[in-house]
Amino acid sequence: MAQPTLVHFLVLAAILFSLGIWGLLTRRNAVGILMSIELLFNAAAINFAAFTKFVAPDGMAGQIFVIFIVTVAAAEAAVGLAIVMLIYRNFKGIEVDKINFMKW
Amino acid sequence: MTLAIFYVLAVITAGSALMVVTLKNIFHSALFLVLTLFSVAAIYLLLGAEFLAGVQVLIYVGAITILMIFAIMLTYQLSSKNIRQTNEQKIPAALIVLVFFVLSLITMLKTSWPESYSSLPKDHIFELGRQLLSTYVVPFEVVSVVLLVALIGAIVISRREPTEDK
Repeated sequence: MAQPTLVHFLVLAAILFSLGIWGLLTRRNAVGILMSIELLFNAAAINFAAFTKFVAPDGMAGQIFVIFIVTVAAAEAAVGLAIVMLIYRNFKGIEVDKINFMKW
Repeated sequence: MTLAIFYVLAVITAGSALMVVTLKNIFHSALFLVLTLFSVAAIYLLLGAEFLAGVQVLIYVGAITILMIFAIMLTYQLSSKNIRQTNEQKIPAALIVLVFFVLSLITMLKTSWPESYSSLPKDHIFELGRQLLSTYVVPFEVVSVVLLVALIGAIVISRREPTEDK
């Protein structure tokens, strides 16, 4: 019975990570950028879980780290969306390339 | 068999992630994000991490995407159908990402990963909880404080400034 190996999961996580970076670089909508960041977090978390299963299953440190990643992602989403709401209230739009008042 | 399941899940994950970053309608992107996160939860199940799958569904699908959808609805404008959702960096960004992906692919395939022949502890959810409250108790407490501070900060940021009429 064929089993997926470690490299299968790593390649999947790399695809997810690349798509996340692409979204991060090309989205204009701030909420879209936050969604891309969630993709990045998930890619990293898949890597941690895969390494826990295939490389270091004794201590389960990888799975514990994934729990921390999820917690920090929740905190990031809360603060990020609060900032998005504030930007929307002040600028009447959340297109990030229009928000350049701190640039010069 | 497991490999076939993995491939189906991988196609769903990657395809819906592609939808998340390319769709014009940001609300549809959020719905595809839900699908991506669900299939990542299924991948955790394949990796023998049942607790993580549960956490993924509860926190990501249940909380974070709902928060995203709320933010989209609160910031939605009638004109946003006509607003371009992507900036003009599409092609350079695609090149950079492609280079990154190919390089990491080469690295992954060339590295000989250390293979462990032991398997996960038998009752590993029990083990996870025990470790979280013994070996990793300090980071556990710190991360709970981080979450608390972030949530209070979110409330303070998004609160309307009280108008000073005396």
